[in-house]
Amino acid sequence: MSAVEQAENPLVAGLERLPVAPTTLVIFGATGDLAKRKLLPALYNLAHEGALPERFHLIGVSRKEKENDDYREECEQAIRRFSRRTPDGDVLQGFLKNVNYVPGEFNEESVYAELEQVLDGFDREAGESLNRAFYLSTAPNFFPLIVEQLGERGLSSHDDAEVRVIIEKPFGTSLQEALELNRQVLDVFEETQIFRIDHYLGKETVQNMMAFRFANGMFEPLWNRNYIDSVQITAAEDIGIGTRAGFYDQTGALRDLIQNHMLQLLCHVAMEPPVSFTAEEVRNEKVKVLHAIHAPKPEEIPEIAVHAQYSPGHSGGEDVPGYLEEEGVHEGSTTETFAALRLEVDNWRWAGVPFYLRAGKRLARKITEIAVTLKPVPHLAFSQDGSLGVKPNQLVLTLQPNEGVTLQLGAKIPGSRMRIRSVNMEFLYGTSFMSQSPEAYERLIMDAMRGDPTLFTRNDEVEAQWRICDPILQAWESAGGPLPQYEAGSQGPEVANDLLLDGHHWRAI
Amino acid sequence: MPAVSDAVWSERGTTPDAIEAALRELLAERHSEDGGFLPARVLNMVAFVESEWSGEIANRLRGVGRYHASRLVVLSYDPKRTRLDAHASVAAEGEAKPGDIVLLHETVIVELGDRHLDDLLTIADPLVVSDLPTLLWSPHGHPEAVQALLPLAQATLLDSVDEPVWHEAIDRANTLSDRLYVVDLAWLRSTPWRERIAATFDPPALRGELDQITSITIRHHPDSTVAAMLLIGWLASRLGWQLSPMRAEGDVLSGTAQAERQEIALRLQAAPEQLVRGLAGLSIETASGIQLRLDRGTGGLRAHQRDAEGREHEWTILGASRGEAGILGEGIRQALLRDPTYRPALQAAQQMLP
Repeated sequence: MSAVEQAENPLVAGLERLPVAPTTLVIFGATGDLAKRKLLPALYNLAHEGALPERFHLIGVSRKEKENDDYREECEQAIRRFSRRTPDGDVLQGFLKNVNYVPGEFNEESVYAELEQVLDGFDREAGESLNRAFYLSTAPNFFPLIVEQLGERGLSSHDDAEVRVIIEKPFGTSLQEALELNRQVLDVFEETQIFRIDHYLGKETVQNMMAFRFANGMFEPLWNRNYIDSVQITAAEDIGIGTRAGFYDQTGALRDLIQNHMLQLLCHVAMEPPVSFTAEEVRNEKVKVLHAIHAPKPEEIPEIAVHAQYSPGHSGGEDVPGYLEEEGVHEGSTTETFAALRLEVDNWRWAGVPFYLRAGKRLARKITEIAVTLKPVPHLAFSQDGSLGVKPNQLVLTLQPNEGVTLQLGAKIPGSRMRIRSVNMEFLYGTSFMSQSPEAYERLIMDAMRGDPTLFTRNDEVEAQWRICDPILQAWESAGGPLPQYEAGSQGPEVANDLLLDGHHWRAI
Repeated sequence: MPAVSDAVWSERGTTPDAIEAALRELLAERHSEDGGFLPARVLNMVAFVESEWSGEIANRLRGVGRYHASRLVVLSYDPKRTRLDAHASVAAEGEAKPGDIVLLHETVIVELGDRHLDDLLTIADPLVVSDLPTLLWSPHGHPEAVQALLPLAQATLLDSVDEPVWHEAIDRANTLSDRLYVVDLAWLRSTPWRERIAATFDPPALRGELDQITSITIRHHPDSTVAAMLLIGWLASRLGWQLSPMRAEGDVLSGTAQAERQEIALRLQAAPEQLVRGLAGLSIETASGIQLRLDRGTGGLRAHQRDAEGREHEWTILGASRGEAGILGEGIRQALLRDPTYRPALQAAQQMLP
């Protein structure tokens, strides 16, 4: 082996896009909503930018019977409708040429036999073994079945090439299911081959949190229980469940947002600086945070978790129905559309600091933010008469809609008296960068094809997340309904205030 | 840029202080219309242009879309002009909607003449936003203006293929590189080619072939010899080759590079059929018989590879053409980044000058 072969590729220095090995991507659930709205447009955009592997094939697998050409036409329509940029005709046609379709039920052996044939055909045509990536974008109950079939057919490994499996969320709907699914997937694939998607981790905003914390010396000295009073993480949506009643009524806010996305955000806030930004180091630090949050005991749950449903109200100037009146929702459903938790990270850095998490639909507006409230100054020499008063400093990281960082500071109100009020020092990413953030799925698909798992959830992370949420879900399920209500378009249910410790309040949504 | 509204100001016989004050006022005016109007604060760009071509430059800059500099200062030069006139505008990218932010971009056009050349720095300096990096662009040459404005800038934009004498372009870029970061559009046009060569030799089994390259042929637009030399310079600097001056024979430049174990034959050939600037195709061969050929095609580069056993494969590497507007936008964006491989490539290219 020559020196060049042993060393890193000397030609990649300075390139913004690192090479990705030739790959065939197989999407199970290729005619579904996620494939049409997110995956296909993401793949097209990667092709447009010249970022796809130089040899790339896409195979769609789904139950619907159709020919390659019909599927290509569907792909074209989806890309034209949902792509973030107007497609270039030549690139789009070039992309579609490499698209194939394999129809059939996911439990049919013949599907996998045909799939293998098509995959081998691409290898023969290329004169080399292409990497393979299987993207499971189906209903979660098919995940074990597909993985098992891939294993039985021998498709979980490939001579001289990498095979990877990308698994969409939800990774189980309970701890038991997650453990079982992990066991089934790990029976067939190695952990290094598995890429569990939490698309929040692909958002630039979430990655920016690491830069914010670990590239700026001024915050880290304050980032602990000595200076921080509380942390509030909010994921509020102003919309209802729309046409997703079938999915949402089985899921609810805790499973949909808190168990995965919001606990990941909490990890990013609370984790120790990793030794390096390798996948394992980052994920080791995150999982330590999850392990430091104890699984709540049944008697603790009413004090640390609340749930509620939206009732009829107003949103965007329109009358909107309550959750129970939404089309497709089961009569008397006890699925929560709002959930809030108070968690503690029991470690040296965070002991005693409450982390408040809340997520809900049909709230006053759409916002995702992390608010870190610092402790008040120990002594205030100023009179607060005639002013709004001094408030503790608050650092707010907004993830959407206007990504940025705001620091609330006390400042003197102009005039002859020493009166103080809070002012905002604001930084908005939109005003400071020219580049448009890529869609989360573009980044995640590339990382999976490249074999970089940093932005994917490891098996122990998933299980640790479920260990926190599972007792709460069980308690809520056994308590039954009806659930507390909050008016659509409001700030959320009154019961959410029950979680707050003395002197704390929810930020206005 | 899809500007939907502008706030404008102009004055004849003005001063930099008056222009700067007018800009502040225009920004405050826009912000008071709607709190969602916020000035972009990414990059200043100072462009020194000949006034008769300022319309063409304005058109080129309009095409860069979101890569428009936060504040663009155009110094529009007409030798006979004796008075300083200026126009300023603050353009919004869209309509303000509740809860949204709309970015504002500022453009100042200062019309000046010969008598102002000695004072260029004092004219431009008050007009750039402090603490933002400044990119300098002089698309019509004027090295004296570039020299005068250098203290203001952290990066300069140039297009080496614009230089009438191509080897002077390499000297000029090298000299400028000693002073500040150079963003060369000729280099940026070759990015997809560099990415593809890097990708071809990325698999560990093929990486060793980099030690065994025996010949490189590059075809290029007749005006883009510099782009081809930069590509060779890039390979040489990354792979540790020694270069020597090339020989010119008609529209062909040929020469050799010395690698650790072997000599590499180099050939740069003009491709008159190519209508756009940049590279038209390349071929790399190795001692073990592997050949990679890349050719410009529709919807991406066309790749042709012959392996060591003589088996041949062809495919298209997808990617949309960025067009000249896209390249210019990319050049503006690159002013905020640092490519550590350009300068070594440039220095290597200088060793090949006939």
